[in-house]
Amino acid sequence: MSDKNKSVMANVFSNGLNWVDERFPLTSNVKAHLTEYYTPKNFNFWYFFGSLSLLVLVLQILTGIFLTMHYKPDAELAFGSVEYIMRDVPWGWLIRYMHSTGASMFFVVVYMHMFRGIIYGSYRTPRELIWLFGVGIFLCLMGEAFFGYLLPWGQMSYWGAQVIVNLFSAIPFIGPDVSEWLRGDYLVSDATLNRFFAFHVIALPFVLVGLVAAHIIALHEVGSNNPDGIEIKKLKDKVTGIPLDGIPFHPYYTVKDIVGAVVFLMVFSTVIFFAPEMGGYFLEANNFVPANPLVTPAHIAPVWYFTPYYSILRAVPPFPGVGFLGIPPSLFPGVAAMGLSVMVFALLPWLDKSPVKSIRYRGTLYKKWLAAFVVSFVVLGYLGTEPANVWGQFGAWLGNADRATVVARAFTVVYFAFFILMPWYTKKDKTLPVPERVTG
Amino acid sequence: MAENRNDKDQENAHVSPANNLSAGVDLDKRNFLIASSAVGALGCAAVAVPFVKSMTPSERAKAAGAPVEVDISKIAPGTMMTVEWRGKPVWIINRTPEMIAELAQHDDKLTDAKGDVTSQQPSYCKNADRSIKPGLAVIVGICTHLGCSPTAKMQPKGDMGDTWSGGFFCPCHGSKFDLAGRVFKGSPAPINLVVPPHKYLTENTLLIGVDTEEGA
Repeated sequence: MSDKNKSVMANVFSNGLNWVDERFPLTSNVKAHLTEYYTPKNFNFWYFFGSLSLLVLVLQILTGIFLTMHYKPDAELAFGSVEYIMRDVPWGWLIRYMHSTGASMFFVVVYMHMFRGIIYGSYRTPRELIWLFGVGIFLCLMGEAFFGYLLPWGQMSYWGAQVIVNLFSAIPFIGPDVSEWLRGDYLVSDATLNRFFAFHVIALPFVLVGLVAAHIIALHEVGSNNPDGIEIKKLKDKVTGIPLDGIPFHPYYTVKDIVGAVVFLMVFSTVIFFAPEMGGYFLEANNFVPANPLVTPAHIAPVWYFTPYYSILRAVPPFPGVGFLGIPPSLFPGVAAMGLSVMVFALLPWLDKSPVKSIRYRGTLYKKWLAAFVVSFVVLGYLGTEPANVWGQFGAWLGNADRATVVARAFTVVYFAFFILMPWYTKKDKTLPVPERVTG
Repeated sequence: MAENRNDKDQENAHVSPANNLSAGVDLDKRNFLIASSAVGALGCAAVAVPFVKSMTPSERAKAAGAPVEVDISKIAPGTMMTVEWRGKPVWIINRTPEMIAELAQHDDKLTDAKGDVTSQQPSYCKNADRSIKPGLAVIVGICTHLGCSPTAKMQPKGDMGDTWSGGFFCPCHGSKFDLAGRVFKGSPAPINLVVPPHKYLTENTLLIGVDTEEGA
């Protein structure tokens, strides 16, 4: 191409860009969110998971659209249509396994992303709203996972939905009406399947995408936190006004995130091609049996990402009732504890009273509590996948109680203590001095 | 600032002297906007009613709850059969004399031995064995915890441990019930299983879903 041609091409391009910019803020948005969005230069491994969550969201929406082309939301046809996708639709098995594996991987990356927020204090001022939008996204995601799990209409789908919808009937006074309203029938039925389909493919995805947009807009307003938990906007170049420790998101972190995406997709493909059921953790064996309202499978457990909260539900004993006051027994305490165990994350910005944000400058007291929380989350998660009698019973001295239930109760206490005692131990903790500039 | 506001007041007063003015705010207009917004919000709330109501059980779902007639002559003593009523499993258990005798032995281990929570059984089944005929229990096989269907463990001991006296075990969260559907203490389930309305049409024909007339 001659020099003359080159300049003609450049002219066409810049004229075209001008034409667009006069009608839509394209260049200014690219600058504000990519090329002149300044991010701390010390991001590490933990900072992969935000962009990976976005990647999985796109994958879920894309594969979901294609599954919808073949799936039938009808109690008579649903189970068969999923098997049809697996056996007869060209490449249907791949799209379905991408979607089902994507659901679990979504929770993997989101849990990592949340853990990053916790260890580096990303929920602290001025990022409380980013955190709250994030909690909203997490709740939406749990809703998506729950509604989506009913759609294959297998035994686990059916009884899982039965259990979760019945949780609402434990709410005092209005509970039974609420759960009947959610089901649209006196039991989980075709009406329930149909509406769960509507929630799963239209209602919640809209809310989810809206919340993700709010999450990112709020993030780009205040700027990213970093592993040192200090504000890079405090020290700016006097001439350019650019944070001294900031680098443009594009190209520096787009390139870094692509590396993360490639590694993630390697893991993701390995699961899809070699272990799509992940030994029963991603897709449960009982869900390959069509739903039967008359027979509950011998052991039901939710998919792994719900099991910590499910363990808490099982562990909390029911309210025995007060006979002479006419207050009937109720299982509301367990249900309330489960709800709280999820919602309590929203309070973190106001529970943490430490003068420092990042775990790098916190003392051992906080680290011990965090370790206790992680252990209780994992142990509760494990116990939630197993029947209550998995470890046998204690002797008569403990009323023949299930060992696993007693352990789950202990860890439920630790789980909540991490949050409830946080104002105390974060204040008492001996912190280290925080540097002016970000470290390696 | 104060000067500016005065200027504005005068300006507004000049434009519409008849209006009720305060600090440059046209209060008549504001009240009208508030009132019309409130009416509009009420209208929106009213429109939400059909949408919310559309999610309640349909007429077809309501009509599906017809009573079920069952021939009980084939249930051998010590066994049970399951029939479907309103989409739920209903157990009909033929209890042996030993099983009936056992029901009276463990009241202290039960949350509600006498059936004091009246919503769980019709008044004609509020008795020691929660049935019309002591030998035949009719129970909705849906756990009062979270709606799973408990598994029959009708024989004493076995895999349920040496203290087990026969009954039902919910696989979901480990609730335990005796052969009258009464919940054992320490179960996640707060109350006894439901005894559905039922009546005997003949010696061997049971109708589930219709009450026995009192005193009949």
